[in-house]
Amino acid sequence: MTDLGELAPRTLAVLARRHRDFAAAEDAVQEALLAAAMAWPVDGEPDNPLGWLVRAAERRMTDRYRADRARRNREDAAARLDPGAGAAPAADDTLTLLLLCCHPVLTPASAMALTLRAVGGLSTAAVAAAFLVPEATMAQRISRAKARIAAAGGRFAMPDRPDLVSVLHVLYVMFTESHVTAAGPALDRPDLAAEAIRLTRRVHALRPDDPEIAGLLALMLLTDARRPARTTATGDLVELHEQDRSLWDRGLMTEGLRLLIAARTHGVVGVYQLQAAIAAVHAGPPDWPQVLSLYDLLLRLDDNPVVMLNRAVAVAMVHGPDAGLAEVDAVATRLPRHFRVDVVRGHLHDMRGDRAAAARHYAAAAARTTNLAEQRHLTLRAARLNAPRAGAVTRSTPWDPRP
Amino acid sequence: MPRFWLLTRYDESLGVPPMTEWDPADMEAHLAWLTTLNAELVESGELVEVTALVSPELAKVVTAGGPAGVVVTDGPFGEAKEVLAGYQVVDVESEERALEIAGRVSAAPGPGGVPLRQRIEVRQVMGPV
Repeated sequence: MTDLGELAPRTLAVLARRHRDFAAAEDAVQEALLAAAMAWPVDGEPDNPLGWLVRAAERRMTDRYRADRARRNREDAAARLDPGAGAAPAADDTLTLLLLCCHPVLTPASAMALTLRAVGGLSTAAVAAAFLVPEATMAQRISRAKARIAAAGGRFAMPDRPDLVSVLHVLYVMFTESHVTAAGPALDRPDLAAEAIRLTRRVHALRPDDPEIAGLLALMLLTDARRPARTTATGDLVELHEQDRSLWDRGLMTEGLRLLIAARTHGVVGVYQLQAAIAAVHAGPPDWPQVLSLYDLLLRLDDNPVVMLNRAVAVAMVHGPDAGLAEVDAVATRLPRHFRVDVVRGHLHDMRGDRAAAARHYAAAAARTTNLAEQRHLTLRAARLNAPRAGAVTRSTPWDPRP
Repeated sequence: MPRFWLLTRYDESLGVPPMTEWDPADMEAHLAWLTTLNAELVESGELVEVTALVSPELAKVVTAGGPAGVVVTDGPFGEAKEVLAGYQVVDVESEERALEIAGRVSAAPGPGGVPLRQRIEVRQVMGPV
């Protein structure tokens, strides 16, 4: 069976180009996809699935325009103006759509929803399930997003100088969102990480020479490769150094590393490549001086307090916990009440052997996190540090801080 | 089928220390108890939703008025001894069944494996207009 998700953006591109009305075309394609999902399993897949979808969506647009008398003239004009439009969808249609769906006027939440539906080909119900909101709410969010794009003058056309920064950011947020989405008994929830990877793969296939797209895909693959080891059977988090490496997905790991090496030959270093490089170093034997120098490079490109905080851990691993704590103190005011500050402080006090201070910081972090798995993990760490020392109690870090 | 909310609160009157001071094994047993219960409720087709709320330390109270239009104060909520910690929503055959499930939540073990006996508030959801 043809992948409807692959056909969705191609169908949409044809309609959007022909009618010059992205919002209406997107609705029509969504309805055509639903019709296909119902009809094809019964009637069999048509010989030309794309043609079937274009005709079905076209019919729906025409119906809607007929119902909307005010638009009737525009429909006729469009048909006269552009009779052959859509005959040859360009390879860049997916990129054009992504640029529109990730328009900078949208919040990442809206852009993600619209991207998943218009480019990913997910149904409104599936997108709603992915974000754990009612379907009507999601339909409204998508429709408001399209209205904002239209109001900002966004059109279905490839800009002269396409800037993929906002697209990559939305895909990155979609991927990281999958790590924090609240747990619940939603069984048919689409996997946002898998969707983000699928979309990023498509962008990479269209722009194989862009090192930052390759870097983002590498970062996703290297992170996703560790997913099987990241939680226990009961959902508890397992920190990187305690993970069972035999559970890592070798295939994804290798693919990520290859992408990263290939990206380096382009000589342009960006934030996604550097983050992927850090993930790659963590996949091998401990090499904290290397991690530290990568964080130094990353900070030069992106003056981000969370990056500074992560760098403080690397500083501690290379120069000792006191040096790391000084780095945390320097950045703490930029991250007020942020739970990660207390996580890192707890970790570094534990390295110093101050179990009471470590437990205090982990308890503070547990009270400030907004993620249940993380809260349980941090509470347990605090409880272990508070427990009387016994043979069964494990230190939370197996690393020797001295180089 | 009637739908019920089972509300769990932080309750200082129980005299139980914060979980960060429990024996780690007791904490794991407590969490395992609730995880098992929720898995059973998924299996039986009765669980609608489990929601845990962030700690009261992050809570805020908003009241209209004041120079900025609203007054925002940080939680926890003044004199309140009981603060909502989270809730389960279950769709069950009868109130009796909802009470039975609430009893299991309340029996979750605390320090030393002794049941915590938290007070679980059981509230039926009103049907639509």
